[in-house]
Amino acid sequence: MEYILKPWPWFVSGPLIALVMFLLLYFGRTFGMSSNLRTLCAIGGAGKRTEFFNFDWKSQRWNLVVVLGAIVGGFIAHYWLSNPINIDLSEATVNDLTALGFQNVGESLLPPELFSWDAVFSIKGILILIVGGFLVGFGTRYAGGCTSGHAITGLSSLQVPSLIAVIGFFLGGLIMIHLFYPILF
Amino acid sequence: MGKYIKFFLVGIFFGIVLVKSEAVSWYRIFEMFKFQSFHMYGIIGTAVITGIILLAFSKMKKIKTIKGSTLRVPLKERGFTNYILGGTIFGLGWALCGACPGPMYILFGTGAFSILIVIAAALLGTYVYGLLRDKLPH
Repeated sequence: MEYILKPWPWFVSGPLIALVMFLLLYFGRTFGMSSNLRTLCAIGGAGKRTEFFNFDWKSQRWNLVVVLGAIVGGFIAHYWLSNPINIDLSEATVNDLTALGFQNVGESLLPPELFSWDAVFSIKGILILIVGGFLVGFGTRYAGGCTSGHAITGLSSLQVPSLIAVIGFFLGGLIMIHLFYPILF
Repeated sequence: MGKYIKFFLVGIFFGIVLVKSEAVSWYRIFEMFKFQSFHMYGIIGTAVITGIILLAFSKMKKIKTIKGSTLRVPLKERGFTNYILGGTIFGLGWALCGACPGPMYILFGTGAFSILIVIAAALLGTYVYGLLRDKLPH
């Protein structure tokens, strides 16, 4: 039990994520979490206006069930399977974030500077979440997949388009952290 | 209903793994893009290597899906522009709010309710992509 309550090392977590991908393929489906955003748009009626959302979303219900499970899994892992301890971040990361004005770095999954209600109700705070979320939603559909669809499934099946997309993921991430963060914080 | 149980269980497993691996943490994503820890590279690297092995094994053993068809990964369309541009846009957002689509949902389960704003914005982003699709270079 103690091993479950502690954070899991990368060499345990990585193969277990691959197992999730394999199980979904074995069930005759595929591993891709961003498809759900498109499905939810379709359920909301976006297909009436735009051809891109005009598809049989009922065939994608299984993937929404995966999402429901993931939410429950997040709850179970956080409240029942974890001892509250700080994230074991590298010293350099803690120093860099402290220099940017972040406090209590690594004491929770998300920084209160961005995700607490105080932050959400500030102009800058809510803009960061909205712009960030928008870019993720727009980019993932433009690129035809996200971390699960391209970085895990696509790379595991040695597909060149996924490699290009993953290079894009990192290009964008590096630009954000190294060019925009010093301006934002 | 019964046929959905297995997807629900896989989802629970996925949520637990991503929380226990700390891959849902904004801090870990920042650290990754700063190249200050091997943690996230270890997770993605071992996931991909295990995935390659599992797929090669199932091809060799001609493993069938539970529906009886050959187990195979859907192929991505050929292309470059949409993958590199879309990928870069995704990366900008990923690093800004520290969450990609899977972790967004999982974080909601951990009680981080402000992530709903990120999810709503991601839905809007997906919708706007759908509107502009024909005008964008692919």
